[in-house]
Amino acid sequence: MSISRRKLITAGVATAAGASGLAVAAKLAKAYGLIPPDGAGIYGPGETLTYAAQRILTRHSLAREFRPDQISNPPFANAVDPLPGKFKQLQDDRFVGWRLTVDGMVARPASFSIAELKSFPRRSQITHLACEEGWSYIAEWSGVPLSHVLDLVGTSSQARYVVYRAIQPEWWESIDMADAMHPQTVIAHGMNGGDLPVPFGGPLRLRVPRQLGYKSIKYITRLTVTDDLKQFGAGLGSVSPEQGYAWYAGI
Amino acid sequence: MAAGSISQVAVPRGDVSEAPRHSATVRVTHWITTVAFLALLVTGVEILISHPRFYWGETGNVNTQPLFKIPIPASRATVPTGYGYVLPDQNGWSRYLHFQSAWVAVITALIYGLYGFFAGHFRRNLVPTRADLSWRGCSTVIAQHLRLKMASAHEASSYNVLQRVTYLFVIFVLFPLVIWTGLDMSPAFASAFPSAVSVLGGQQSARTIHFFVTIALTLFLLVHVAIIFLSGFWSRVRAMIAGRPATYEERA
Repeated sequence: MSISRRKLITAGVATAAGASGLAVAAKLAKAYGLIPPDGAGIYGPGETLTYAAQRILTRHSLAREFRPDQISNPPFANAVDPLPGKFKQLQDDRFVGWRLTVDGMVARPASFSIAELKSFPRRSQITHLACEEGWSYIAEWSGVPLSHVLDLVGTSSQARYVVYRAIQPEWWESIDMADAMHPQTVIAHGMNGGDLPVPFGGPLRLRVPRQLGYKSIKYITRLTVTDDLKQFGAGLGSVSPEQGYAWYAGI
Repeated sequence: MAAGSISQVAVPRGDVSEAPRHSATVRVTHWITTVAFLALLVTGVEILISHPRFYWGETGNVNTQPLFKIPIPASRATVPTGYGYVLPDQNGWSRYLHFQSAWVAVITALIYGLYGFFAGHFRRNLVPTRADLSWRGCSTVIAQHLRLKMASAHEASSYNVLQRVTYLFVIFVLFPLVIWTGLDMSPAFASAFPSAVSVLGGQQSARTIHFFVTIALTLFLLVHVAIIFLSGFWSRVRAMIAGRPATYEERA
């Protein structure tokens, strides 16, 4: 097989250009926060490509909203992790004692009752909830936009993520500021015209309609604003990567 | 790419072994695509096992009448399958690997596609010629295939009409469709390109089409491999690795 010098030079230049292109791309991705917290390891390249591509293309896109006649009847609640005794006590008391604590990189850490959250501006939206398993349903969700609560407590300009936790200590997630400040990301307390039923996450569930269902965790009690996810759990951004699932679930 | 395409290499008349049967770009992209497709297939099956039910429209769940069910056990206790047991959950790594392989497949397809258009590979090797499309041309090839009499790597210097039409269908219909329907299942993609979902009838419709296109691609793979066996396995595989089939001396 004969390889001409021109071809050899072309191949060399192409390889060098490809390698430096990759290095520049990696630098840019890091600078613009396009590498997900679970972006290391063997699946890191794929995760980074997905997260970066979707952030570039969909930063401000709105999840599809549907007509009232498209609401799934009945919806499907999915299985729920065992709820602690504390939950039962709060439920018996009609969730009067339920608090949502907001802390971390905020000017005025706060704690809100369900009644307070219900008094805030309400957003209702009929959106699709899709599970990574493949099933889905459409429901009307209503609640206070997360951005409203974050503005209320005065989020630091250095903030990069919001960590949110369920009443079950093993269940926690986080989203980046693009999703946290997105108008459709709501702290939901209502569903299909009534209070949010317990099987669907009542009294409080964070709804992130541009990501799969496992990012919309149920029974939330605490929001923490941060610029670094390394200090939480195993440092992979949420409990999902610790269980083998991707942190970013926009796909 | 270091090695050239067919047209760039001087071919001494009659010496078939001098002409690469497949250009370096075709060979490299072929094998990368093979690995990516197999990874996508295995992980796709694993993901499917968590909910082996299919629907049409925007939504579907265990409270919904399915379009059809796959009669296999599931990896989730919430799915009524009729089996008394639940398979282990493999969705985490399957999803990671599925999307990583999809990126590999798409980037490889883009390189192959650009090469195919600009280096004349599609025009020269895949678009059927006028003679191919004639009644006589088609019927001869179909008759040969029906008798399972495949041309050997040494006899066939170019693709026949059935190969050309099949490859074009896989490259320009099935592959784009499987990527499109895969993307449609992404909630973020659907938010940015809602009409790409609604034109297919909804996200569950996209999932169902994704399943059927995968079956079509898998059938293509099986027939492709079967024909390679019928027409001389090592010679064909060698042609796709080294560029040319084994010479007679090497085979002896």
